[in-house]
Amino acid sequence: MSNPDNRPGRHRNLVFKLSIFVAGSFAFGFALVPLYDVLCSITGLGNQKSLSRAYARGNDAIDQHRVVTIDFIANLPSVGNWEFRPITKSLEVHPGQLYEADFFAHNLTGHDTTAQAVPDIVPSKIAAWFHKTECFCFTPQSFKRDEQRVLPVRFFVDPQLPGYIEHLTLAYTFYDVPNRGDNPG
Amino acid sequence: MAYTEHSAAAHDHHDHKPHGFWNRWLTTTNHKDIGTLYLVFSGIMFFIGGSFAMLIRLELFRPGLQFLDPALFNTMTTMHALVMIFGAVMPGFVGLANWMIPMQIGAPDMALPRMNNFSFWILPFAFTLLLSTLLVPGGGPAGGWTMYPPLVLQTGSAVPLMIFAIHLMGASSILGAINVIVTIMNMRAPGMTLLRMPLFVWTWLITAYLLIAAMPVLAGAVTMLLTDHFFGTSFFNAAGGGDPVMFQHIFWFFGHPEVYIMILPAFGIISEIIPTFSGKPLFGYDAMVYATASIAFLSFIVWAHHMFTVGMPLSSELFFMLSTMLISIPTGVKVFNWATTMWRGSVSFEPPMLWALAFLFLFSIGGFSGLMLAIAPADFQYQDTYFVVAHFHYVLVTGAIFAIMGAVYYWLPKWTGHMYNMTLARWHFWLSAIFVNVLFFPQHFLGLAGMPRRVPDYATQFTDWNMVSSIGGFGFGLSQFLFPYLIWKCAHGGVKATSKVWDTPIGLEWQLPSPAPYHSWVEAPSMDTLDHGVPAHGAGLDHHH
Repeated sequence: MSNPDNRPGRHRNLVFKLSIFVAGSFAFGFALVPLYDVLCSITGLGNQKSLSRAYARGNDAIDQHRVVTIDFIANLPSVGNWEFRPITKSLEVHPGQLYEADFFAHNLTGHDTTAQAVPDIVPSKIAAWFHKTECFCFTPQSFKRDEQRVLPVRFFVDPQLPGYIEHLTLAYTFYDVPNRGDNPG
Repeated sequence: MAYTEHSAAAHDHHDHKPHGFWNRWLTTTNHKDIGTLYLVFSGIMFFIGGSFAMLIRLELFRPGLQFLDPALFNTMTTMHALVMIFGAVMPGFVGLANWMIPMQIGAPDMALPRMNNFSFWILPFAFTLLLSTLLVPGGGPAGGWTMYPPLVLQTGSAVPLMIFAIHLMGASSILGAINVIVTIMNMRAPGMTLLRMPLFVWTWLITAYLLIAAMPVLAGAVTMLLTDHFFGTSFFNAAGGGDPVMFQHIFWFFGHPEVYIMILPAFGIISEIIPTFSGKPLFGYDAMVYATASIAFLSFIVWAHHMFTVGMPLSSELFFMLSTMLISIPTGVKVFNWATTMWRGSVSFEPPMLWALAFLFLFSIGGFSGLMLAIAPADFQYQDTYFVVAHFHYVLVTGAIFAIMGAVYYWLPKWTGHMYNMTLARWHFWLSAIFVNVLFFPQHFLGLAGMPRRVPDYATQFTDWNMVSSIGGFGFGLSQFLFPYLIWKCAHGGVKATSKVWDTPIGLEWQLPSPAPYHSWVEAPSMDTLDHGVPAHGAGLDHHH
């Protein structure tokens, strides 16, 4: 005499429900990707997307009494062969006023290629108050073999920037992405 | 199903084992055989993963580079973790579940015996794949078991092998977990209500749900790594608009429940052993069940305490710090209930109890260092130091592994029908318990003094404690050879074990003869046949529910 509850149909039913649970968990892992972006755009945390988008300048008043220091940093990932550095090392800016900072890039890969600069800002939560009107990071940059050039970024700091922030760091990482974006040359 | 057809025959001569190696082990659908396969596999992986650890301690015996080049050293730390987590600890618990759950709930076998066979036999293939990476160009994975991109994607040819190995391990665990849930939900003997189940069964039921919720998320994360590496997606690739920190969020959403997957069954084992050797039923059975469920729930909302230093906002740091600290409440309930079970009991110190007591003390040390790490501002100092290494080895070695050892010493006479050599078992325990502390306790000091983890070389001021730690490591490693020897001897003879084995064991498995017949509970046990006067696991058959 076996247990009365061992009917295979009962097993099949539960296995089916559990399989749906498993599929749901698998899907949830992928759902975390858009959820993560949504969370970042709500909180403005390290929001790369807003840093990579052009901002239309309105009639922002210039706050001549306030000075914010911005440092510029250039990073290279461990793969790729480039010279990449900031020409403008640091600026003292008034919120609301438009500024330009220049970076320098030199293609040492030995062939024509494309690079993508990825911005980052510290402290990460002030991304929402840092506006770029033009940036070399908005699009992939094509470089000929051994080409070197100056890459400008135009920006202004929102006058609404929280008062306790006196110092920002804007960093770019310069990725060699030969298969992405425009074909070189 | 098969057992209904030959139940009458099986009743007459229980040991109806298939003949021949192939029939017996490769095609077996018997839960005891599959449990044995899992446990033997776990033991083999324990020694392979342990040999990697010995190489690590050998290199760290002195400052400077002596034996391993840095890349191989990092491969050893990575492979040690992957082999121990997915090869030793998890299959060890699944093996115990296979052996014990049907016997403890009065079921004739696992609910899905063929799937059971399949979920075991996936594992040797998974680990052949994983271990083969040691031989491929570029060497094995060396970026840490957490596989953070972009570092992990700079591994050589090992990347796809590692990822597919993890897919296979995940599939095996998920199938095993489904089997455990279906068995427990559908196959309990009449009268075995949920709140009469032994705590080992309860903790495994909850663990199985953690497995099916967490392992698919890991499968998703490594799939994203795979497509980032080979198919041009940019989930974690900053150049294409992705974010490497997102991998950490997804990984630890799996990773923290994984921590509890490796400790909840241990809680169950300790809850079986301590009452037996205290001569008292478990104190606060219901509270233990609810504490286990609370821990399982909390495990899903604390993941970012592994990533306090990635640049989260203060509010997130606070949330993850406080929710992490909250876990100490249900865990404290458990520790105090175990202590209270022993209070005024007639405690005896047979080998399983020694392991359980060591678990109680040493796991608590791991819990306390975990609380220290939960303090977000302090974690900025402890992050990626040997303090973290000391912490998780106290919870995984003296927690999970000690519980598995205790479980084997507890149930081995039931499995083999023989008592083992008690003197040798005590030697195994005391050598392990002493050396494991020599091995891991100094790593707290090293970490607090600033020694980073995952480095083959270190500043000279760390030399002394590293030497002590390595000596402890070699001692612990060598002591473990007693374990397979003891099991081998016990399987091949010794004093006959009675069906109860111990003085006052509680639970259905002790009503079966020793060794447990190949087919057990073909006829569902009647719950009144449990010894009166000894309530089943504190739930109290006579006066509860």
